[in-house]
Amino acid sequence: MTPNPAGPEPGPGIAARQAVMALCADASRSELEAALARLDAPLSEDLRPPETGLVMATGRIGGDGRPFNLGEVSVTRAAIRLADGPTGFAYHLGRDRTKARLAAILDALWQDPAQRDRVEAALAEAATRAEAERRQAARRTAATRVEFLTVARGED
Amino acid sequence: MYVAVKGGEAAIDNAHQLLAEARRGDPSVPELSVAQIREQMALLVDRVMIEGSLYDPDLAALALKQARGDVVEAVFLVRAYRTTLPRFGASVPLETGAMTVARRVSATFKDLPGGQVLGPTFDYTHRLIDFTLAAEGATAPAAEAEPHADAATCPRVTDLLAQDGLIEASPPDEGAPVGDLTREPVDYPADRALRLQALARGDEGFVLGLGYSTQRGYGRTHPFVGEIRVGEVAVEFVPEELGFAVPLGRVRLTECQMVNQFKGTGAAPPQFTRGYGLSFGQSERKAMAMALVDRALRAEELGEPVTSPAQDQEFVLAHCDSLQATGFVEHLKLPHYVDFQAELELVRRLRTEFERKSDSVEMQEAAE
Repeated sequence: MTPNPAGPEPGPGIAARQAVMALCADASRSELEAALARLDAPLSEDLRPPETGLVMATGRIGGDGRPFNLGEVSVTRAAIRLADGPTGFAYHLGRDRTKARLAAILDALWQDPAQRDRVEAALAEAATRAEAERRQAARRTAATRVEFLTVARGED
Repeated sequence: MYVAVKGGEAAIDNAHQLLAEARRGDPSVPELSVAQIREQMALLVDRVMIEGSLYDPDLAALALKQARGDVVEAVFLVRAYRTTLPRFGASVPLETGAMTVARRVSATFKDLPGGQVLGPTFDYTHRLIDFTLAAEGATAPAAEAEPHADAATCPRVTDLLAQDGLIEASPPDEGAPVGDLTREPVDYPADRALRLQALARGDEGFVLGLGYSTQRGYGRTHPFVGEIRVGEVAVEFVPEELGFAVPLGRVRLTECQMVNQFKGTGAAPPQFTRGYGLSFGQSERKAMAMALVDRALRAEELGEPVTSPAQDQEFVLAHCDSLQATGFVEHLKLPHYVDFQAELELVRRLRTEFERKSDSVEMQEAAE
């Protein structure tokens, strides 16, 4: 049996943290490397070595009903502690341990309110790239929008 | 019965080396990269992901390369790999209503809030071989247009019908534990959630054939495609140490809402019934076939006679897995010498007895 955690209703702080986590998940490893290079991050140690595992992706019957197990996704997680104390976590689709660890460091840095703006600025390039890609995909999809017409048979 | 054999070690090693060479093919032809398979054989990769029951495009592409393009062999590799990994838990249920839609069509309504978009599709192509693809060349960039104001929100077609009470509601989420056939063997009768898990992992050809059989009259359900949508959905997971939903990234999914003919009772007015299909990647044929078979398997629940293979859950669930099927079929080619020896002895004894009997009949006839 697999539990289906719904999770608590996120507060505004958590929603902002989730947004940065989502941005890091969408970003490439080199984008995260570039972002960290712009921040002089203190040294970090692993709370838990980066690890690849599985998460069972659940769907809902009919899209909105009772959950069912669709199939697993590969996920890599990392948990770190910065030399000055804060901890950071990352869970990403895929098997890139280096990338998950970079994201965990960014998560730890972001949680310091004094660093928040700097972290977001360092990730701005990746965010802009992701947004441009999303917009282009939406424009390409929009060009395939179709209007079907039913043709009157004209029997009489 | 299968009795183990030993020996042949050198031959087996050499066969595997030969396999590696055969896999590579003509060395004067450039080798395929995993990224090339992932990008250019994307629908094959999607099939390996859904039947391998593991969303990981790079891994599925690598498995296809290793398997020389054999889908079932690639599924085997992916399934074997997943057994080596720990499971962190289950995701928050995927919100397909919030999908970033790359394709969305309905065969039931032409005008939908959010519109119909064809996306990258083989539909309406002429199915003529395009010889220009044999000559490598750049593709013209896809056309672009300003998205319509309503494009961002695409309510499900089934929600539109539900507003008028014309279609049955999805079974409600009562927080009951979700059965998982990768953890416990299937007990019959299996509930709908377990059936959908089995169909999602099931062989596309088998599920397609069963879905087709319902259309041809073996468990007819009068289906319409209410909606097919393909696109990206965020996956979220709540790790214990954080206690809130962490976005893991986005996966591509195909969802099919099949709308089927009515069911009513003395107490309830007639309503459309439903079948549901969901698949990793862009896998419309699979999602549609799954939705047909899902609906057919609800025959008993909906008070219909169970007379056809697609309505028989034990038949469907026990045979839809390509890996289980290939395992049992292909094991027949492994040495069965001891087993066969026993059969040989038996058939010889039967023949001896047969000859003795016919000899004695002849002698009797001669004596008379």
